[in-house]
Amino acid sequence: MKRKPNWLRLTVHALAWGLLVWLVWSFINDPINPIQATTKRSGYIALVFLVLSLAATPTNTLFGFRQAITVRRTLGLFAFMFAGVHFLIFSVLDYGLDWSLLRGAIFEKPFVLVGLTALTILLTLAVTSFKWWMKRLGKNWKRLHRLVYLAAPLVVVHYSWSVKGDVLRLQGDILQPLAFGLAVALLLIARLPPVRRTATHLRSRLTQRLSGPVAESPQPVEGPNR
Amino acid sequence: MTDYLKYKSVPVKSSEITPEHLFLNRRQFLKTMGTVGAGALLAACGVNVTDETPIVSTPSDLTTNSQTDELGDPLNTYEQITNYNNYYEFTTLKEDVAEKAQDFQTSPWEVKVYGLVNKPQTFGLEDLLKKFPQEERIYRLRCVEGWSMVIPWVGFPLSALLKEVEPQSSGKYVRFETLLDSEQMPKQRGSLFPWPYQEGLRLDEAMNDLTILATGLYGKPLPAQNGAPVRLVLPWKYGFKSLKAIVKIELVPDEPETFWTTVASNEYGFYANVNPDVAHPRWSQASERRIGELGRRTTLMFNGYAEQVADLYQGMDLSIHY
Repeated sequence: MKRKPNWLRLTVHALAWGLLVWLVWSFINDPINPIQATTKRSGYIALVFLVLSLAATPTNTLFGFRQAITVRRTLGLFAFMFAGVHFLIFSVLDYGLDWSLLRGAIFEKPFVLVGLTALTILLTLAVTSFKWWMKRLGKNWKRLHRLVYLAAPLVVVHYSWSVKGDVLRLQGDILQPLAFGLAVALLLIARLPPVRRTATHLRSRLTQRLSGPVAESPQPVEGPNR
Repeated sequence: MTDYLKYKSVPVKSSEITPEHLFLNRRQFLKTMGTVGAGALLAACGVNVTDETPIVSTPSDLTTNSQTDELGDPLNTYEQITNYNNYYEFTTLKEDVAEKAQDFQTSPWEVKVYGLVNKPQTFGLEDLLKKFPQEERIYRLRCVEGWSMVIPWVGFPLSALLKEVEPQSSGKYVRFETLLDSEQMPKQRGSLFPWPYQEGLRLDEAMNDLTILATGLYGKPLPAQNGAPVRLVLPWKYGFKSLKAIVKIELVPDEPETFWTTVASNEYGFYANVNPDVAHPRWSQASERRIGELGRRTTLMFNGYAEQVADLYQGMDLSIHY
């Protein structure tokens, strides 16, 4: 029996592995400070994958694009992969596993600690993301995997603490952290039952109207074809 | 430009200078290996690999009196120093400043020295170069982000300039200001930062012999990305205190606001002395990476200049006055 290829998932794979190759390439070709640059890049990529993974469910509930659900786990696993790379660069390449330095770097200040907490969550979710664990944990699996709603804001905080500026006072190099914060906030709000219900309701009314006699013009952009 | 010929530099026999190509050898080898390896991979994916040449290539006529700092650590290369800069007026990407700043106009240039002084004066750049003997100072630069370099600056003590204008006794602090010109410095149009860049020093810090106004590096005029035509260099403080492209120096009675204390006063203090024991509110400052090295080094108190500057902070709690 032949399975139809999931082009969306293949695209996600191509993107992620391509980015990993690019990361290695950019590391080797950075003439000045490759460790700092690659630490930043890998963290940034991890955050993007995490946000995309969080976007999968709302893409389905709000826009009825069901295929998004099929890449949710893949996106989450790649977020973990790049977060892992990020942590390995930090601990192995940057600090050379020098525990006396690492201890201070991790525990003295909350910046790294917050990132490490998020990584621990992502690790737990990645390990338990397989069918076997799903069955074994039963109802608790879903509860456990809701921890991603905590991990994402922690990662945004970690990121906003890495730039020079003050997000709370709207000063400094903060546009990107704010944008990611807003994205995560919206994606979490979109999961609230009343929001979801309203969206589903609106969408079904919209599709009803569109499938009526006036549906001659090309599909509107909100349509499920994106 | 010819004024730079007056730089006092002890002639070094050409045989004593480590040729740049040997200096860069290891790095270059790794780079080539990487380009070949990754290039093959990317080429296989149909990605066009362009040869990445740095914006600033190394001039052949670099001069310096020594190949190391006083601790015996080698100088960073001209390529490293001129392609990795924090200069938020142009971009927040350190690798891109060189390109973004390459058309920056530094001539004519004037520095206004005024405020609580007996003889306020405005110096053209040429006046500064003529009036004050230029000398080489090899200093470590420690960035608050946790990296460092060794740089052979050319410049003159700020104290010489201040003596010239005669500070009054009420002038307890010095305030510095970078050029404000959003035509040339596009990021100054953004409203998230309090432009122009300002910095400040206590008068005794400003008069310390380590404090210089730099006008060149490696025996050549400062490149735009390094703060041309004239910048402050304070080797015992985090790099952000050493502001670039200075147009105003003012003697004031009280501690001035600075760029970074305005942006985030809980993170960047007025003093900003390099101190491994006082962490940044978010990250530790106990170690650093010397650009060009893979491992980390322990950060030294006052960046290794304690002997010259520790007296300035006698009796102060440096964890409060960070």
